[in-house]
Amino acid sequence: MSNPTKIVVDLSKPKGQRESIIELTDAEVAEREAQAQEAEAQRLAEEQAEAERQANKEAGIATLKSLGLTDEQIEALLG
Amino acid sequence: MAYELIETIEVGSGGAASIEFTSIPQDGVDLVCKMSLRGGTGSSQLLQFRLNSDTGTNYSVIRLVGDGSSVGSFGGTGNTASFLGAISSSSDTASTFSNSHMYISNYTSTTNKSIGGDAVSENNATFARQDISATGYTTTSPITSILLYPINGTLEQYSTASLYKIY
Repeated sequence: MSNPTKIVVDLSKPKGQRESIIELTDAEVAEREAQAQEAEAQRLAEEQAEAERQANKEAGIATLKSLGLTDEQIEALLG
Repeated sequence: MAYELIETIEVGSGGAASIEFTSIPQDGVDLVCKMSLRGGTGSSQLLQFRLNSDTGTNYSVIRLVGDGSSVGSFGGTGNTASFLGAISSSSDTASTFSNSHMYISNYTSTTNKSIGGDAVSENNATFARQDISATGYTTTSPITSILLYPINGTLEQYSTASLYKIY
C-alpha cells in the first residue's frame, strides 16, 4: 500500500510551477504516527487533569456548604 | 503595512498529509498564513507546524482552549514541533472547515521567533473547539519554510492555506 502524499510548494519557482505532490517516506510516516500517539497521550493527560480540577472544585464547594455558607457567599468567594 | 499574497494552495482529491511552503521570499517583515482546514481522522484534530524543517527541541507553546462547554490551558517546552490549534475533523458537521491563522513576526531576522495563532473548528453542535496559541521558536536563522500538518491522518480535499508577507 502506498503512503499518503504531501504538498510541497517551492516559492522560488514561477507561479503555476511551484506545487509538487510527493509520497511520504516510511520514516516520515513513522514520525507522524509517533507524534500522533504522543499528542493523544498528552490529550488524555490534559483531560484527566481537568477532570481532577473539576472534582476538587465541586468537593470544595460541598465543604463550604457544610460549613454553612450560602450559594451567594460561595459564588462571591470564587469570583 | 501592506499584505501581499505569496501563494494559495488547495488540497486536491485524496487529501494531503501536509502542506509545506519552501524557499519563502526574504523581502517581507512578517508572515501571515490563513487557513481553512479539515482533517480526515479523529474527534480532536489539531494543526501542527514546523519551521525550517527543524526537528530539534526548539519549540515552546502555550495554548488557551475551549470546546463549547469547558476551557483550559496547556503548554510545553522542548517540543520538536508546535501546535497552532484545533481544526475541523471527520467528527464535525460534513463539509465544514476550520478558520486558522498564523502570524510570524520578523521572519527574516537571525534571532528567536514569536508565532501567534488562533483557530476555531466549525461544527453544527455545542462541541466546537477554539484555540489561541503562542509559540516561541529558538533559532538563529530566518524562516525559509513552513510545514503544516494535522496530528492524525490527512488534510481533506478543499482545505486551503494562503501565505502572505507583510511589509
